[in-house]
Amino acid sequence: MELYQKTIHEINDLLDKKEVTVTEVTQAVVNRINAVEKSTDAYLSLQTEVALEMARGLDAELSVRAQRTPLEGIPYGLKDNMCTKGILTTCASKMLYNFNPPYNAEVYDRLSEAGGILLGKTNMDEFAMGSSTENSAYKKTRNPWDLNKVPGGSSGGSAVAVAADTAFYTLGSDTGGSIRQPAAFCGVVGMKPTYGLVSRYGLVAFASSLDQIGPFTKDVEDCALVLNAIVGHDAKDSTSLNLGKIDYTQNLKQGVKGLKIGVAKEFFGEGLQPEVRKSLEEAIAIYKTLGAEIVDVSFQHLDYALSAYYMISSAEASSNLARYDGIRYGFRAEEYSDLVDLYKKTRSQGFGDEVKRRIMLGTYALSSGYYDAYYKKAMQVRTIIKADFDQVFGGCDVLLTPTAPTTAFGIGEKTSNPLEMYLTDIYTVPVNIAGIPGVSIPCGLDNNGMPIGMQLLGPILSEETLLKAAWAFEQESGLTNLKAPLGTEV
Amino acid sequence: MSLIREDVTYVANLARLEFSEDEVTALADQLGAVLDYAETLSGLDTSQIKATEHVLAVQNVFREDEIKSCLSNEDALANAPESEAGCFKVPRVME
Repeated sequence: MELYQKTIHEINDLLDKKEVTVTEVTQAVVNRINAVEKSTDAYLSLQTEVALEMARGLDAELSVRAQRTPLEGIPYGLKDNMCTKGILTTCASKMLYNFNPPYNAEVYDRLSEAGGILLGKTNMDEFAMGSSTENSAYKKTRNPWDLNKVPGGSSGGSAVAVAADTAFYTLGSDTGGSIRQPAAFCGVVGMKPTYGLVSRYGLVAFASSLDQIGPFTKDVEDCALVLNAIVGHDAKDSTSLNLGKIDYTQNLKQGVKGLKIGVAKEFFGEGLQPEVRKSLEEAIAIYKTLGAEIVDVSFQHLDYALSAYYMISSAEASSNLARYDGIRYGFRAEEYSDLVDLYKKTRSQGFGDEVKRRIMLGTYALSSGYYDAYYKKAMQVRTIIKADFDQVFGGCDVLLTPTAPTTAFGIGEKTSNPLEMYLTDIYTVPVNIAGIPGVSIPCGLDNNGMPIGMQLLGPILSEETLLKAAWAFEQESGLTNLKAPLGTEV
Repeated sequence: MSLIREDVTYVANLARLEFSEDEVTALADQLGAVLDYAETLSGLDTSQIKATEHVLAVQNVFREDEIKSCLSNEDALANAPESEAGCFKVPRVME
C-alpha cells in the first residue's frame, strides 16, 4: 500500500516509530494530488508548497521532541466555506470570488493548533446548497469511483479528496446531509455531530439552526481522532455546547453485544434502489452475528420532514444571505443606477441559480400572509419530528438506515429538476431537523461498482455509541479504507 | 398551489433580486412545484404544537463587558469593493 493510501492511525504509527517523516508523508499526498487532481477536481485552491514547508518545519521540531499528538503532521483539506485568514474562502460562489477572511474559523484554529497541515480548500455546491456539487460556480468535482458520476453534495470536494487519497481527512458541513450523502456516494466515512458540538464560528452560514461541521475520513477510527480535535466549547459561537472533553477513541473497540439497533420501515420505502436495500439487509445480518439486538421501530411523521426542511433551511438562508450586497466584501456589479439597483445587480449577477431559488423560496415562506402556512408550520413540524425520534430512541440505542435512496447518479442527470434533486436528501434531512448525530459508513457496492452507504443515527450526544457501532461493522465486514478504481495513470 | 408571475416579481423585489422574463416563468414553475410538495404539511394538525426554533434549549450567554482587541479598521475594510476615509463607500442615497 502506498503511503498516501494509509489511514491517519496507520500514519501515526509510522511517524511515532520514526519510520517516515512528515515531509515524506506530505510529499506522498502532494504527488498523489499532482497525479489525480486533474481527473477529480476536488479542490478549489491548493497550497502544496506551503504544506511542504510546514512539514519540513515540523520534522525539525519533532526530531528534538519525544511526543507528538495524533493529528500532528497529517495533511488535510477544508471545505471552502470555512474561513481561513490569508487563503481565499469562496463558498464556490462568484459572490465571494475574492474574499480573503480577516479571521479564522474555530475549527481551522483548532486543527492548526493540533499540528494539521492544510493542503487546500475543497469544492462544494455554492453556499452549500445542493446535493451533487454541480452548483459550484467554478468546477465540477467527479466521483473517483466513476468520473461520469457526481460525488454527492454539498461537501463533494471534501468527500472526493478522502476517497481519492488526495487528503488523509477533510472537514465538511452538513445542513441536510451534506457530509453523509457525499460520504455514501464516495465510499468514505462521514459524520454529522450533534448540533452545537463543533463550533460554527467562521463557518459561512447557510441555515444556522441546522448547520454543523464534521469530518470525512477513510475509516471509523480516523473519524474518532478528527472528532477529538474539533469538538469543544467555543465562546464565539453562542450555540456551542459547554461539556467535558470526551476521547472518542476510548470505547471505540468495545463491540455491539446487547446494543439495540432499530430498523424503521419508513426508511426503506418507495424509490429505494434494490441493491441498497439488499446491502442494508446484509448489514443487519452482520450486526446480528456480532450480538446486537435488532428491533423494529416506527416513525409516524417522517413523510413531512423533507418539506419542513426545505422551508426552514430556505427561510434561514434568505436571511443569512442578505449580507451579500456588494458593500463590505465580495463581488460588486460594475453598472448600477442607485443603491437599491447596486444591491439587485450585485446579487443577481453574483449568486447562481440554485442559491437564488432558495432565497426566493425562503423569502416567500417568510413573507407576510405566508409565514404561518409555511415557516411557522415547518417549525411546528420540527417539534413533531423531534418527538418521533425521542419515541424511537426510547426503544433502541441506534437506528440503522440507508444514507441515500440510491448510489451516485450521473453528472447532469438531476440538474433540470430541483425537486428531484431535493428528494435525494430524504433520509438525511430528518437528522438535522432533530439536531441529532449521524454517521455514514460504506456497507457495500452496487452492480456497477458504486459505493453504498449506511447511516447510523442516535439521540443527542450519542457520538461515542455511533462510532462504536460503526467500528464493529467496519471490522467485521472488512469494508474499511476502500479504494476507488482510480489509478495513478489517469 | 402554484405561483403566478406576479408573485415571483413581488418576492424578487423583497429579496433584492431581479430576473429576466424567461427566468420568472421558470421560477414560477419550479417554486410552484416545491410549494405544492410542501402542501403535504397542511395535512398535519399542528394547532396544539409549539414551534421549535432551536433543537437545544438555547440560553442567553452572558459575559463580563471587558475591553478586548477586535478587528482593526484596516482589516474590516480590506475586502470592501470601495472605501474612503476609513468607511465603506456606497452610492449617494440622498440628494
